[in-house]
Formats: sequence, structure tokens, C-alpha cells
Amino acid sequence: MELTIALSIGVLFSSGIWLILRPRSFQVITGLLLLSYAVNLFIFITGRLSVNKPPLIIQGEAVDPALYADPLPQALVLTAIVIGFATTALYLVVLLGSRGLTGTDHVDGKERDSEE
Amino acid sequence: MMYLNPHLMMLPILLPLLAGATMVFINERHHRLKFLINLSSTAVMLFTAIQLLMQAQSGLWPADMAVYLAANWSAPFGIALVADRLAAVMLILTATLGAATLVFSYSRWSKTGVHFHTLFQLLLMGINGAILTADLFNLFVFFEVMLAASYGLLLHGYNISRIRAGMQYIVVNLVASLFFLIGIALVYAATGTLNFADLALKIATLDNTDRFILQTGAAILAVAFLTKSAMWPLSFWLPVTYSAACAPVAAMLVLLTKIGVYVILRLWWLLFSDHSGASAGFGGSVLLCGGLLTLAFGAVGLLASQEPRRIASFSAIISSGTLLALIGYGDAALLSSALFYLISSTLAVAAFIMLTELTDRIYTPAASVLALSMEAFAVEEDPQETAGVVVPAAMAFLGLTFAACALIMAGLPPLSGFVAKFSILHGLLDSSAAHAPLWARWLILTLLLVAGLSAIIALMRFGVRTFWTLYNSVPLRLHPTEALPILAILLLGVSMVFTAGPLFSLLDRVSTDLQQTPAYIERVLQHQVISTEEVL
Repeated sequence: MELTIALSIGVLFSSGIWLILRPRSFQVITGLLLLSYAVNLFIFITGRLSVNKPPLIIQGEAVDPALYADPLPQALVLTAIVIGFATTALYLVVLLGSRGLTGTDHVDGKERDSEE
Repeated sequence: MMYLNPHLMMLPILLPLLAGATMVFINERHHRLKFLINLSSTAVMLFTAIQLLMQAQSGLWPADMAVYLAANWSAPFGIALVADRLAAVMLILTATLGAATLVFSYSRWSKTGVHFHTLFQLLLMGINGAILTADLFNLFVFFEVMLAASYGLLLHGYNISRIRAGMQYIVVNLVASLFFLIGIALVYAATGTLNFADLALKIATLDNTDRFILQTGAAILAVAFLTKSAMWPLSFWLPVTYSAACAPVAAMLVLLTKIGVYVILRLWWLLFSDHSGASAGFGGSVLLCGGLLTLAFGAVGLLASQEPRRIASFSAIISSGTLLALIGYGDAALLSSALFYLISSTLAVAAFIMLTELTDRIYTPAASVLALSMEAFAVEEDPQETAGVVVPAAMAFLGLTFAACALIMAGLPPLSGFVAKFSILHGLLDSSAAHAPLWARWLILTLLLVAGLSAIIALMRFGVRTFWTLYNSVPLRLHPTEALPILAILLLGVSMVFTAGPLFSLLDRVSTDLQQTPAYIERVLQHQVISTEEVL
């Protein structure tokens, strides 16, 4: 399971980095999305990987922490998803505005001369 | 008042949130009402910040710090917020600059688009929260609030150059935020905590593997903060952004870079102090070298700048570089001078940016045609809005305020820039060699003087071109709400010279506070929750 997660994070990161270095704004926003997925997965695994463990502890009972998953990364990941989603949506608006005003989807707002 | 005291430090966060949320529902037709709400909220923030500083000075608080446990969870588990002298000083700076830029925006920019006032209050909320928080993830959230508001404000007065700058600024900051998250995740993986005080406590006891993870996390976090504080080579977004934003927004962006510096100052001094065992001083040389490179880059860039906004951008880069180099130098005796420099240079660059908005108007009609064609795509800009009372002495006012700005930015006597630079140079010459290699000291000294020289050249060139070689100029109209904030900021610069003694003794206390890591840890972690009986 560790290998699968590590590989998926790696693939997401590398595709994301390649995409945000591309000249089209749609590629950039896709890259940002992939990067934020990778980061969210990364935060999630800092609570260590485990299967079938509840994240909550019943109050008043003496419990063995080894039987429970770490709830904090799960809470952090929720917050990070919401914030990442909102800021990416904001970027999407700017992207559409730029497309409308400049007539091109190049990130510089103008086509390079050397390009076909 | 006594009952409210423990909650007073939440006011700089809650008040702008409420004010900003309220103003969403007020129609843009009532822009004067919105302006009044915005201004009174900022004024209350300023009053609260001064009140917090007075309480920190009065000795009422244990260890001169106020701790606020959100939702009444004790320290490492819940989110803690801490107000100390440094936080109070930064809050005062934020509220002062906020009030000045707000008044400046009244006659033109606040009317040119929608929701300016809401975004402005949310920006202040984000800044205040980032200053007060003592929790890494909470810091991320407040950074995002601050950045989201700044994206909106940068695009305010929507035109092509702002869109272009916005595209880059937003992507750079989104990627920096991702770095921020990775850093947080690594720090949490290594230590199992996100509370500043708890982190500082646990760093000393980490084993080798965990320390490696923590230091990796800290380095990745630093990339996020250094992007914000515009360290070379992470600073290429800055000149484009500052040139594109409308004047009041650009003035606030100057403060945003200083928030990046503030976070580095606070975290680095707390986490990698002498008390942190094997991690002590981690990354100091990176801050020092990065600061020096930034300083050199800023000095060269300033020489090459013709446009006023680019002059302001590179001045901001120079002041970031100076501060980062001084933090990385690691001598606590220099901190008070660095903080004095931070306050003085932030105010001066902000005033200069507002001033350039006014000097842009004195160009000849031919020049303004060019300016208009640049703004041809402006959707809601209305140049007629700038009309105000004709002030006969307007040119004289502009010339004098420009001279004052230039003196502070270049660090020439008799204004506050000189006091700041002189005390930095004095501190560097005085500092014991134990902190950093000798070459570092002389390199900072040289680069500071070179940067000062290039500031003099760039500003003089701009001044001569703007005020002396001018003929056939259009009659200049100044609105009193545009002249007043610039004058007020510069008067602050003048008064900082006269109150330099008391101000320095305050900043000395700030830097002493920063070195009291064990006291900080104890104060935050030992803070008692309010028992349920007390609440009922």
C-alpha cells in the first residue's frame, strides 16, 4: 500500500509540475489541480497509513492510541481541499477573464512570435 | 472593559471579518457608507492595536504576552493565538497603513469597481490573523485569506495589464501555498504538533531521522515565506505585480512582503534558537546569503528602473533583502534596528507608491494619451472621477513629499531612513564576530551603502525628470483625501526621528522577547483553559 500511495503521489506531482510549466493557461490550471491532489494525499499520509481504524476516541474510556488513526491530518486535508478548491476556482475566473480580454489562452496574454 | 480584556486580541481578526461581510450586502451606490464602515473598522483596529501594545508594556500580562485559546482547548491541542510586543507593533503598522491607503482610495479607486471595501477588510483580517496566530496550520489559513483578498484587490480596476500580472501573481502564490502545505505536513510528520511553542519544545529532543524530516519541512516552508517576502530568485513576480496594481492596493502589497519577513523572523528565531539543540541556527546562512543576493539584485534593478512603480518595487526588494540578511546574520542586537528599518521603509515605499499615482497626472496630454491607450481595456475606470479642488501649491506639495520619500528610502539624513540605516551600520560594526563570518559583516555593510547609492541615483533621476524638466504640463488637481494620507505617513516618518529614543527602547524589548524562547514555550503551554463553572 505504501508503494502504491508513494507512486501515485509521485506521478501526480511530476505531471502537475510539467503542466504548470506549459504555456497554455488551461494546462496550468490542470497542473495546479493535480499538484493540489498530490499535496492533499501527502498531508493525509503524514498520519501514517492504516486500514480499518476509526479516527475518533470515545470520551472517558482509557484507550490504546495504536488502535486509532490520527484524526488531525484528516482534518487538515479537509481544510486544504476547501481552500485549494476555492483558490483554483478563483484562478479559473481570472483565466476566463484573460481569455476574453486578450483573445489568447497563452499565460503571457500574447502569443510568442516564434510559435506557429 | 476588564471583562472584554481577554478577548481584546480577537478584535483585529473578528472586526474586519464582520465589517467585510456586512459590506457585501450594501449596494455599491452607498459607497460613502461603505467607506465610513471601512474607515471606522480600521480606526478601531488601530485603537485596539495601541491598546494591546500598552497592555504588553504595562506588565499586566505574565511574560508580557497574552494567550488566547480558541474554543477553550488547551495549548498544543487547540489553536492558540499570542499577542506580544512584536505582534502589537506589526498590528499598529498594519492599521496605520490600512487607514492611510483607505483614505487615499476614497476619491478614485474605491469607486472604480465592486467590493473594494469588503476585500480590503478581508485583507486586513488575513494580515492581522497571520500576525497573531501561534499555530502553523492556522497561519496557512490566514495566509490564504490574505492572499485571496489580495488576488481580488490586484484585479481591482480590471484591465489587461492587471489581468496579466494577476495570472502570474496568483499562480506563483498558489504554488507557494502548496509548498506551505507540504512543509506543514513534513513538520507534523516529524514532531506530531503544529503549535509554535510545542514545536520549539520538541525540536530539541528529535532523533536524527525526525530531525532530518523536520529540517526538510522547515526548508520547504521557508520557500513559501521567502516567495512572499520576495527573496531573490523568488522575487520576479514582484515588480510586475506592483506596477500593475492600482496605487492603494500596491501600497498594501508592500506591507504583505513584510508579513513574509515577519513570519520568518518569528518562526526562525523561535524554532532554531540556541535552545533547539542540534537544529540551532538551521538555515541561517541561507537567509544571510539569500538576503545579500536580494540586496544586490534590488540595487542593480533600481539603477535600471525608469518607471516610478518599478523604483518602488525594487526599493521594496532592497528592504526585504536587508531584513533577511540581518535576520540570517543572527545577532540579536541588530533586531531592533532591523525592526525600525522595517517600519520606516514600509511607510516610505507605500507613501512613494501613492505619490506616483499623483505625479502620473502631471504629464503632458501627449503622455497621457499613451497612458490612456494602455488602459484602453479598462472596464469601469472613469478618469473624470479624479477631478477635485485645484490646489495652487499642488506641485510644491508633490515636490516636497517626493523629496521626503526619497530621503527616507535612500537613508539620507535627517529623516527616519537615516536613523534606521545608521543604527544598522553601527550595530554591524559593533557586533561580536561570533555570530557570522567577518566577510558577511563587511558584505552587508558594503551592499547597504551601494543600495543606498543606487536609490539616490534612481530617485534623483526620477525627480529631475518629473519636476524640473517639465513644461506644458496640465494643471494638477489634488483631492485633499489624496494629499492627507501621504502627508500623514511622512509626518510619521519625521516623528520617528524625534521619538527614536523611546521607539528604540520599545524595539529593544521586542528583540529581548524574541530571545526568551523558554519563557514563550512555558507561557503558551501552561496557559489554563477557562473552567466550565467560570463560563456559566
